[in-house]
Amino acid sequence: MNEPWGPHDIGGQMAGPIDLSEHENAHWEWQIDAMVRLALAKGLISDFAELRDGIEQLSPEDYKQLSYYERWAKSLAYTLVSKGAITEERLGQKVAAIRARQEAEGLR
Amino acid sequence: MSEPRFVKGQRVRIADRTPPVHHRVPSYAKGQVGIIERVCGMHPEPERCIRGDGKPFQRIYRVRIPQTDLWRSYKGTEGDKLEIEIFEHWLEPAE
Repeated sequence: MNEPWGPHDIGGQMAGPIDLSEHENAHWEWQIDAMVRLALAKGLISDFAELRDGIEQLSPEDYKQLSYYERWAKSLAYTLVSKGAITEERLGQKVAAIRARQEAEGLR
Repeated sequence: MSEPRFVKGQRVRIADRTPPVHHRVPSYAKGQVGIIERVCGMHPEPERCIRGDGKPFQRIYRVRIPQTDLWRSYKGTEGDKLEIEIFEHWLEPAE
């Protein structure tokens, strides 16, 4: 068997029990979903393959720790910055502003 | 749109390569030989989409591989098969 490509390429390995319980999506997860579809519709991403590629380029640690939509968010941010749709500086400012707001509201 | 390169029932080998971008072939299937179970539709080739090469459509085939070929310690029967969808540019005719 070949060397795996990325942290996702685990077919055939022992995975342990699988959590099959139903769960509700948080509002922010729908927002990330909507942003990805918007980026596709506007041609900022040509295909879901690009989103997948960003996810597969995550470090094994990030891949393991991040939830499904956290991986989407990280991949989308990477793609939008690398294509120049947003700047890393602007993204950092926005993240800092949200963090400050959450702290002010006692959410952090 | 080009004609399918492979036909149902044809023996094919899945390429054994690892381009450093998203590609829809799991490592366990690389280098394996299977039979074309059916000719499926077209979809943009992931590797070229990611490289910013537009949306070049490629044909997809469902390839049937014996489970006993894939897993050394497989405990099921000889008749158990894996069916996996593979892009045309990953396939070559096999003996």
